[in-house]
Amino acid sequence: MTTNKTGLTTYATPNDREVVVTRVVDAPRRTVFEAWTNPTHIPQWLIGPDGWTMPVCEVDLRPGGAWRYVYRKSSGAEMVMGGTFREIVPPERLVSTESWGADWPETVNTMVLTESAGQTTITLTITYPSKEARDAALQTGMKEGSELSFARLDRFVKTLGA
Amino acid sequence: MRAASDALSATFAALADPTRRAILSRLTTGAATVKELSAPFEMSGPAVSKHLRVLEQAGLIQRGREAQWRPRTLAAGPLKEVAEWAGEFRRFWDGSYARLDTYLQHLKAKEKFHDHK
Repeated sequence: MTTNKTGLTTYATPNDREVVVTRVVDAPRRTVFEAWTNPTHIPQWLIGPDGWTMPVCEVDLRPGGAWRYVYRKSSGAEMVMGGTFREIVPPERLVSTESWGADWPETVNTMVLTESAGQTTITLTITYPSKEARDAALQTGMKEGSELSFARLDRFVKTLGA
Repeated sequence: MRAASDALSATFAALADPTRRAILSRLTTGAATVKELSAPFEMSGPAVSKHLRVLEQAGLIQRGREAQWRPRTLAAGPLKEVAEWAGEFRRFWDGSYARLDTYLQHLKAKEKFHDHK
């Protein structure tokens, strides 16, 4: 089944707690697995939009091993992200936990690589502890209730940025 | 740099609690006193004050100068940094995967070079 082409990321929410991010890249999966798991390679690409770098990248690639990324913005702001590895099956599957800090909900991230004709489909499934946490992360339309949503707070923040 | 990192972590920790998010949301509509901020919650004044202290330490709210009322107002600086993370999921992955495309070509070229050595 070919539903994707290179250069395009698709996002799906198959149920209340998951986000599935899919991308096809033009490389065999052993190269992709290496780029995803080797601390020499990770800071070269897993840094989001312009303006961020990853000055610290620690990866203990074994079940139960920890990973830790420190992101830095040109303004000097830093963000620390980390977790532990649960399953490592090169070059096809990687399961790890991820959190932004002790008080922040932890996600379980499952990365699956499938290869066809030299191209690799990366399917990343991120499982949140609740629908609310998932929606806050995705900034999708939460219903306005008595407890105003994180999404609304976020919109407010954007008005300040102007 | 360490200080900046800790500050942002404190922001994230502060935002992880629904009561504190509700307090911040209330403050998006304007300054409010502790009493006004406590009104929607079934919790004691000291409990609300504790949440306010966490928000204040995270740099998310400020106290007014008026000694008698000390209304709290939103201090949005740290929230802007948070918005980049919590609100920009797609930008993060679009940006990262665009870089990955380029980087994989680099890795493939390097592998070829080594294969031919």
